[in-house]
Amino acid sequence: MTEALQRPPRKDPQKRTVSPTLPPNARSRRAVFFSAAAAQGRLMLQACSACDRFTYPPRELCPTCWSTELEWRDIDAGGVLISETTLRTSVNTYFRERMPWRIGTVKLDAGPVVVAHLHGDVKLNERVTMIARTDKSGQGVLMALPDKETANMADDKQLRELTCNPKHRRVLVTDGRSELGQKTVAALAKAGAARIFVGIAQDWRPYPGQAELAGMDGVEIMPLDVTDTVSVDELAGEIGGKTDILINTAEYVRPGSAMQKNGILTARDEMETNYFGLMRLIQAFGPAMRGRGADGDVSACAWVNLLSVYALSNWPVYGTTTASQAAAYSLSQCLRNDFSGSGVKVINILFGPLEESWRQPLPPPKVTPDRLADTVVHALTQGLEDVTLGPVAEDIVRRFREDPFVLERELRMSGERQAV
Amino acid sequence: MSDAHMLTNLATAMAAGRVEVIDLTHTLDPEFPVIVLPPEFGQCAPFRAEVVSRYDERGPGWYWQNISMCEHTGTHFDAPVHWISGRDLPNASVDSIPVDAFVRPACVIDCSKECASDEDFLLEPEFIVSWEKAHGTIPPGCWVLMRSDWSKKTGAAYLNMREDGAHSPGPSGDAVKFLVEERDIAGFGTETVGTDAGQAAHLTPPYPAHYLFHGAGKYGLQCLSNLDRLPATGTILLCPPLKIKNGSGSPLRVLALVERSDA
Repeated sequence: MTEALQRPPRKDPQKRTVSPTLPPNARSRRAVFFSAAAAQGRLMLQACSACDRFTYPPRELCPTCWSTELEWRDIDAGGVLISETTLRTSVNTYFRERMPWRIGTVKLDAGPVVVAHLHGDVKLNERVTMIARTDKSGQGVLMALPDKETANMADDKQLRELTCNPKHRRVLVTDGRSELGQKTVAALAKAGAARIFVGIAQDWRPYPGQAELAGMDGVEIMPLDVTDTVSVDELAGEIGGKTDILINTAEYVRPGSAMQKNGILTARDEMETNYFGLMRLIQAFGPAMRGRGADGDVSACAWVNLLSVYALSNWPVYGTTTASQAAAYSLSQCLRNDFSGSGVKVINILFGPLEESWRQPLPPPKVTPDRLADTVVHALTQGLEDVTLGPVAEDIVRRFREDPFVLERELRMSGERQAV
Repeated sequence: MSDAHMLTNLATAMAAGRVEVIDLTHTLDPEFPVIVLPPEFGQCAPFRAEVVSRYDERGPGWYWQNISMCEHTGTHFDAPVHWISGRDLPNASVDSIPVDAFVRPACVIDCSKECASDEDFLLEPEFIVSWEKAHGTIPPGCWVLMRSDWSKKTGAAYLNMREDGAHSPGPSGDAVKFLVEERDIAGFGTETVGTDAGQAAHLTPPYPAHYLFHGAGKYGLQCLSNLDRLPATGTILLCPPLKIKNGSGSPLRVLALVERSDA
C-alpha cells in the first residue's frame, strides 16, 4: 500500500535548492519513436511485418527472422512481474538522490520481456499493467503498475517522477476570465492543488463567474495580462519562485481570413495573446521553473499550453487566428528544448473547436470547457506531454499524420463552404 | 493689450509661485481603463511599453522603451475628424488644428455633487445657465470642463461597466447644442473615459458630444484629473496634442495655469 503524500512543510530558506539531475537520456534513433509514443501515453513496441513478433528494445532488425520491416504498434498493457530488485546504489546522480529504487522485468502479454520501473504496490509473479511515459530526461520508459487500483496509487514516489500530479502543488492559471479558465481552476482544486493563482486581465471590466471564482478555497486572484510585459514580469516577480505548474488558458480567437479582415489590428491582437503572450510568460516564469525542476515533492513540473488543433494546418475560416496558434505551437516546441534537462514537462493539448462565444456559429461536435479542464488535469496526473482532445482534433491529427499536404487542401475547401 | 510686459509678468508670477501649474493628466499606465466597444468592433489599444534596453546587453549605458497605444488612450485630445460628423471639416486633425486652440481660458462647471448621487447625471442647458448666473457668461473660444470628480474613482468603478453598458455622467444633446450654438466654445473636457456619458448611445443623437461638438469643429479632452483644484473661471488650459499626421486625437499632458488665491 502506498502511503498518502502529505503536504510538504515549508521550504527551509537556508537550504540550497537541489539542481535538477537526469536519468540516462541516451537513446538510439529507433527508440525516439518509443519516446514520442510514451509522450502521448501510448504503449507501443516494434512488430515485425514478416513474422508478426513484437520486439524490445527498439531495433533495426527483427531478432527472430532478420526482417528490416519493423513497424510501431500499440500493444496490450498486461503482463506479469517475473523478477524484481531494489537499487541501493548507482553511479547515476539522479538515481543516487532517489534511492532506494525498484526495478524489475515484466513478461508482456504481447511477448517480449522488458525492464521496467516498479510501482511500490506491484508484487513478484503477479499481474501488472504497463505504462509508457517520459521520465525527467524526456525519454520514454516503462513502468509496471498494479493490475487494479490501490490506495493512494498516484502518490507512489517513482510514479510521481513520471507524472506532474497537481496534488499539493501551486498552479498558475493565466486567464480566469473565461469559462475555460474557471473550469480549469475548479478541476485543479478537485485534484488537490495546494494553491491556485488565477490571472485576471483588466480587472476594471467585470466578468461572469467573478464572485464564485474569488470565493473558492485556495484560489488567489492575481492581476495578469499576457499582452502586457510589465504585468507578466510583475506577477513573476511575486510568484515566479513558487509556481510549480503553469497552465496558459489565455486565448484570443476571431473568425476570418487575411483578406476578410480590414487592417492588421485583429491579427496583431491574436498574436499579442496567443504568441507574444506565451513568449512573455516563458521569459518571466520559465527560468525560475527551470531551476526548480527537482525542488522536492512539489517541484516545478509542468507547463501546459492549450492549443487549437488547427495550429497543425491552417483553417481559413479562422485563418489569422490559426496562424497565431501555429506560431504558438512552434514556440511551445522551442520551449521544450528550453526546458530540456530541467525535468519540467511541456504539455501541449491540441483541442478541436471549443464551446465558447467566438466559435458559436460552428457546428458540433465541440469540446466543452469542462472537458478541456478535465483533460488538463488528466494530462498532469498521467504525465502526458502530447494530448489530442475531441473528435475534430483526433480527425485532424490523423489526417495530418497521413498527409499534411492533403489535409491542407481539404481544410482549404471546407473554408470556402463555411463562410462565417 | 496695454501691458507691454504681459508675458514677462506672467513668467515672473509663475516663478514667484503666484501662478500655479496644475497637472490634469493621468499617468500612461497599462492598467488604466480604456473605452470598451462591443467586441466585434475594433478596440482602443491600452498603453504598453516594451524595454528596448535598460543598462544591459541590449544597450549597456542607456534605458529606453518602445511604447504603443491608441490615439484615444489615457488622458487624451479628440480632434473633429475623430467623428464622422467632422470628417469633412478643414484643419480638423491634430496636425492641422490651429495651435492657439491649445492655449485657452477654461470654465469649470462643478457637477461633482450631482454626479455623486446620480452616476448617469446629464449636464443640461439649465444647469449651465444657473452656473453662469454665479460665474458669468461662458466666453466664446474657451474650453468648458465638466467636473464630476470621476477621476477619483479607480478600478471597475471608473468605467462602471454593467450588463447594459457603462454608467458615467456627461452632457445632454441640448447642452452640447447650447455650448456650440449659443456659446461657441473651443472644446469640452471631462474626467470620464469619453466626453459623452456612459449611456450616451441611447441619447438623441447618439453620442451627442462626439457628434455635435466634432461636427461643429469643436475639440474634446477626456480622462482629465485634478479638476477639483481649478477655480470656476480664470484657468488657462495648455493642451497641445502630439502632431500625428491625420491624427484623430492624441494622448497628451494637460496643464492648467491658476492664480493662487493665497499668494
